[in-house]
Amino acid sequence: MNNSLSNIKNGEFVIVREISESSLKVKLIEMGLILGKQIEVLYRAPFGGPIAIDVEGYVLSLRRDEAQMIEVERINSAQS
Amino acid sequence: MRIALLGNPNTGKSSVFNMLTGLRQHVGNFPGVTVDKKVGKLIVGDESHELIDFPGTYSIYPRSKDEEVVYKSISNSESANYPDAVIVVVDASNLERNLLLFSQIYDLQFPTLMVLNMTDLAKRKNIEYNVEALQALFPEAKIVESNARVKSGKQNILDVITKLPSRSGSSFLQNTPISEIDDVDSQEAETKVRYASIRAAKQKFEKTTERIIPKTRGIDKILVHPIFGYLIFTLVLLIVFQFVYVFASIPMDLIDGTFSSLSSWMSNAMPEGYVSDLITQGIIPGIGGVVIFIPQIALLFFFISILEETGYLSRVVFIMDRLMRPFGLNGKSVVPLMSSVACAIPGVMSARTIADWKERMITIMVAPLMSCSARIPVYTLLIALVIPSETVFGFINLQGLVLFGLYALGTISALLIAIILKVIIKTKEKGFLLLEMPSYKFPKWQNVGLTVWEKVKVFVWDAGKIILAISIVLWGLATFGPSENMEKASVIAKEKGIEQGLSEEEINQNVAAAKLEYSYIGILGKGIEPMIEPLGYDWKIGISLITSFAAREVFVGSMATIYAVGDDSETSRTLLDKMRDAKREDGTPVYTLATGVSLMIFYVFAMQCMATLAVVKRETKSWKWPLIQMGYMGVLAYLGAFVTYLILA
Repeated sequence: MNNSLSNIKNGEFVIVREISESSLKVKLIEMGLILGKQIEVLYRAPFGGPIAIDVEGYVLSLRRDEAQMIEVERINSAQS
Repeated sequence: MRIALLGNPNTGKSSVFNMLTGLRQHVGNFPGVTVDKKVGKLIVGDESHELIDFPGTYSIYPRSKDEEVVYKSISNSESANYPDAVIVVVDASNLERNLLLFSQIYDLQFPTLMVLNMTDLAKRKNIEYNVEALQALFPEAKIVESNARVKSGKQNILDVITKLPSRSGSSFLQNTPISEIDDVDSQEAETKVRYASIRAAKQKFEKTTERIIPKTRGIDKILVHPIFGYLIFTLVLLIVFQFVYVFASIPMDLIDGTFSSLSSWMSNAMPEGYVSDLITQGIIPGIGGVVIFIPQIALLFFFISILEETGYLSRVVFIMDRLMRPFGLNGKSVVPLMSSVACAIPGVMSARTIADWKERMITIMVAPLMSCSARIPVYTLLIALVIPSETVFGFINLQGLVLFGLYALGTISALLIAIILKVIIKTKEKGFLLLEMPSYKFPKWQNVGLTVWEKVKVFVWDAGKIILAISIVLWGLATFGPSENMEKASVIAKEKGIEQGLSEEEINQNVAAAKLEYSYIGILGKGIEPMIEPLGYDWKIGISLITSFAAREVFVGSMATIYAVGDDSETSRTLLDKMRDAKREDGTPVYTLATGVSLMIFYVFAMQCMATLAVVKRETKSWKWPLIQMGYMGVLAYLGAFVTYLILA
């Protein structure tokens, strides 16, 4: 079941399923958030600030409304 | 040969640049954007080549105005920066993402060198890369392994850079022409195809035996913790502040002393006259006024580049972003704004790290509202003058409370103006924060040193010219005047002094005061009197307002000259007494509570600092922004002082 990345809890693993149309879409893709990419949600900044995710080997932080554009699917644990 | 240096952000590209060029680098301009163009000399044997460091990007297609230079330079062979060869720095620990940009450059048919950097990090992450497999994917490129942080790989790069094979037209992706700069749809399609091909080949060029969770995850948890994160950041700020604010005053006093003794030595050594005056009162103090900022700039950038090098700055941005956003600011605005409490000059210069254009402009525009250390002499003088040293609420000193109030007023107005600018400034780009959190590293001292050196050099050469020019103009206006009146006034002052039996020093001070009164600045000061009268000021204050456009603290020195007291710290007592005794024509004191507080408010807001204006011009690459800034701050200062006077008088 798809969910928005901004709703995923810290420590959970997900797979990128879709990125909604916006001016940021191509930038997100360029930064490696392609369909099928595995992401681990690492931690969040206080007070509703950005969230940090692990994109197969590097850590990216993005604001919650940016994370909302990314549709993901939960998986049980890291796959390689 | 012209060589372009490209790469993703955080791949150690600037380390590679510094390793290859060392001190042989200078800063230039890319047309139409605010990013600096760093150009270095690359010496191979006895040949010298030009190496251009481009901004770090994830793709050749621009996602912000500043990134356009990459596309424009490499897509058009007519471009002034079109390279003969390209070095692409590639993070060996994150090949998949880095190969996107590399394959784009490769397919543009440039002779291409892949510098496989951060090989140590790849090892730590347990990532095995296969150079032969990479070579098979890009048969016409050269690949060199490097670890620029420990300067390894330099010789290998120099060995091949001039001997890169010319291209035969073979590509990584067949039949994929470069997209137009604004054709985002075809750029997206191309990016997806490239990633698909890269991922298809991934298991050949990269092998991860076992997933290693970096030990630094634990550090991250503390540094972004809702309590400890902010505590640690406050502590770091306090330390930086202590250095920039307090310790910088030691070399600054030294510079101040050196230049004033140089001035007096020169004036003794040279025959009297305008040439001597120009040198000793115009040029030397003017240069001194530039050099004096070097310690603060150097110290601040020393700390900022350490914070950046270690990776901590990204964590600061991460925890501060949410707090700054309501003001149209960015997590990265915190450092420029806090630095501006010491001095707006390094503050404005450090706004460079803010990638988003709008957020950077807002930060620069409001930074000088933070109360800087140059305001302290003015505040102290005025507070001592009109605020009684009483205790209020049982334990708070009233003078201290007023000083705190002035600082608070500056900070609050900076944030409020930021909100207004957020609405006013229009931009096509939507503000975003997509920030890589680099792994923690020990700072590399060569990078730190070169950053400090570059910032100081840029300030001295680019802003220094403007500062020197304005100080000479101000000196001219204060020295010259319609000659008859000035002569007459100084003769009268001298005669009067002799009549009253004053000492030679007192006579000289009176003559200086008379001369200033009848100089062009004196005339200007009197001319603006009707304008500043509603604020509670007289022409003497008017003169000091004009002279202190050079720098705020000049207000105190000008006041000393006008009231004919010596300009050293021992005499500040007498300046206070004289100002207290100053009377208007109707016999009431000039410096009432209303006038004094009105002046303080004026200095909270007014852009009385030519050096900041010069730096804002340098950083925004146009006169538009500094002029807008001076305008809005002037209006605020005038209205604020007017209302204050109205209420208190």
